[in-house]
Amino acid sequence: MKLTVSHIMKAYQGRTILRDCSFSFDKDIVYVLMGTNGSGKSTFLRICALLEKQDSGAIAYAVGDALLQQDMGLRRRITLVLPRIGVFNTTVFKNVAYGLKIRDVERKEVEERVMRTIAFVGLEKRRDQNALTLSSGETQRLGIARALVLEPEILFLDEPTASVDQENTEIIESIIGAMKKDSRTTVIMTTHDREQAERLADRLLVMRHGRIEDMPLT
Amino acid sequence: MDPLINGLTKAFSLILHLNPELLGIIFLSLKVSGLALIMATLLGLPMGAVLGLLRFPGRSAVVSVMNTLMGLPPVVVGLFVYLLLSRKGPLGFMGLLYSPSAMILAQTILALPIVASLGHSAIANIDPIIRQAATTLGATPGQVTLMIIREARYGIMSAVIAAFGRVMAEVGAILIVGGNIAGYTRVMTTTIALETDKGNFELALALGIILLSISFVINTMLHGIQKKGAAITA
Repeated sequence: MKLTVSHIMKAYQGRTILRDCSFSFDKDIVYVLMGTNGSGKSTFLRICALLEKQDSGAIAYAVGDALLQQDMGLRRRITLVLPRIGVFNTTVFKNVAYGLKIRDVERKEVEERVMRTIAFVGLEKRRDQNALTLSSGETQRLGIARALVLEPEILFLDEPTASVDQENTEIIESIIGAMKKDSRTTVIMTTHDREQAERLADRLLVMRHGRIEDMPLT
Repeated sequence: MDPLINGLTKAFSLILHLNPELLGIIFLSLKVSGLALIMATLLGLPMGAVLGLLRFPGRSAVVSVMNTLMGLPPVVVGLFVYLLLSRKGPLGFMGLLYSPSAMILAQTILALPIVASLGHSAIANIDPIIRQAATTLGATPGQVTLMIIREARYGIMSAVIAAFGRVMAEVGAILIVGGNIAGYTRVMTTTIALETDKGNFELALALGIILLSISFVINTMLHGIQKKGAAITA
């Protein structure tokens, strides 16, 4: 699935955040978007993930030449992990299973996919623990697990390591690294960390003056 | 002190011997208040959810009215339901006055604002990030609403228990609309009022002890739920 954004504009309370922002994201590539605080990276991801509406411009999801309707069907093929993930007051297992249950996935398959995913993010020992009691790094991994279990075609990660320690940052980077190697998901993530961006990106982008620009990898 | 000590002794004897009259009154009290609570929850919870989840003109005014109605004087509710159900009232043709149904209606009116108002607070206090998280995971608007209500479950349970405490202890409204008819509409609180007037303190004290015990159980449950909710979200 390809994502093309064309001439996106977005303003909050008279302040323009995104200004004529255009870009085409190819399939199964890891994009890392950098930019200063308030540059509009998060707004951009929220608009792409259909969580917010742009003031003008267009978002187009396409498979081959066919444009996809922006309906629930499409929303269930893409996922955004927010910087504050919004933990549900229940166990780690049920947090991860939520997205599958609302898609009416069979119980046995839910069990299988959840267990595989929480093992992948290193939370298998926390399976029956209330997710609200996890550390901030584990919480972030939970957010990624909730998204990964859905096997999205495009995964948006908004500052996934912004508030976690070094150890958890390394674990999250290894998860993204494994996805990069696997080449089955388009990842569009934001970060402040230039070195991390260099480590993870297939293509490095920067949000500058409300527009996306390519940035060469060193 | 004698009447009190004598009364208490006989009251405990009535309780220990499972006096049939006493049991009948307790059963009717629990039935009336329980059904009123179910009605109030079925009506009040959706109202609380709408107030907590949707933004519409006049919402703040509705919330203020709900909060005010939490303090409704039971006798005023009793008077209102009496006028509604009396022979010349708009619902007089139903012949419900002086029946358990009238008492259930009165208690439903008393419990409804508590469930709706406290339920609204519980739902409105859920972090907005939960709504966004469920949406990003592919939830439909209906599934998002269910998730928010699920997240507010401890607050909602507290609202329901608080409403139960209010209706169980209430006397004014059910006395007016129930008529305190022995074996038919006589419940714990109205019996206590009547037996005290008659100077028959044993039954009044026995029921008082049971009412206090129920109140204690309700408060313990409420405290437990609040503590559990606080412990998890801390």
